[in-house]
Amino acid sequence: MSVRVQTADFDIGAECRRLAASNDRAGALATFTGLVRADDGLVSLTLEHYPGMTEREIARHVENAMARWPLLDVSVVHRVGRLVPGDRIVFVGTVASHRKHAFDAAMFLMDYLKTHAPFWKLEERRQGSTWVEATVADQHAAKSWTRGR
Amino acid sequence: MKLLYFAWVRQKVGRSEECFPLPEGVSTIGGLVGALCARGDGYAEAFGDPARLRAARNHEHVDFAAPVSEDDEVAFFPPVTGG
Repeated sequence: MSVRVQTADFDIGAECRRLAASNDRAGALATFTGLVRADDGLVSLTLEHYPGMTEREIARHVENAMARWPLLDVSVVHRVGRLVPGDRIVFVGTVASHRKHAFDAAMFLMDYLKTHAPFWKLEERRQGSTWVEATVADQHAAKSWTRGR
Repeated sequence: MKLLYFAWVRQKVGRSEECFPLPEGVSTIGGLVGALCARGDGYAEAFGDPARLRAARNHEHVDFAAPVSEDDEVAFFPPVTGG
């Protein structure tokens, strides 16, 4: 299990190769990569976080995922700092023997990352900067995992 | 106690962290919000609408009914928007 919060970019291929080689019983590797969209003239996206709580909170959800599904390995990388459109923000990779577990765990982790991990996004546009607001859709997605999705 | 502020809470308060003695009579996160709001200026702007705020105590999400003590590290922030 690997959880990293960092300013540096990550290499999706390198993360995948490491995860795919992690266990003889691996039959499925599911990944998600979040990117900075070039919405409405976005100049930059700056991610603030709570050092100390961020890593611990993500690790807690990874442990929950590993308890809920028979996962063989998990990797989460989340960037912080100033990013620009097209940049990679977050990577979630899950390894299991079978694809349903890998897919479901990756979705679960993203839904919990979006609603529990202490990051805040500041969008910079030519007219000024605004804080992104949390969405009801994300809250519902996270809650749905407690109803046995 | 140590208080930390993030995102627009940090911007309105004007600082990212501070040491703050737990006020007498305050025993919950909600009570702490009220005490901070009463400091006026940027604090009133940041803490005036508790529905817009979330909190963590010692690196764990808590609701406003949670107890607080002098040794705690408490952070206030808007709902998170990572991922």
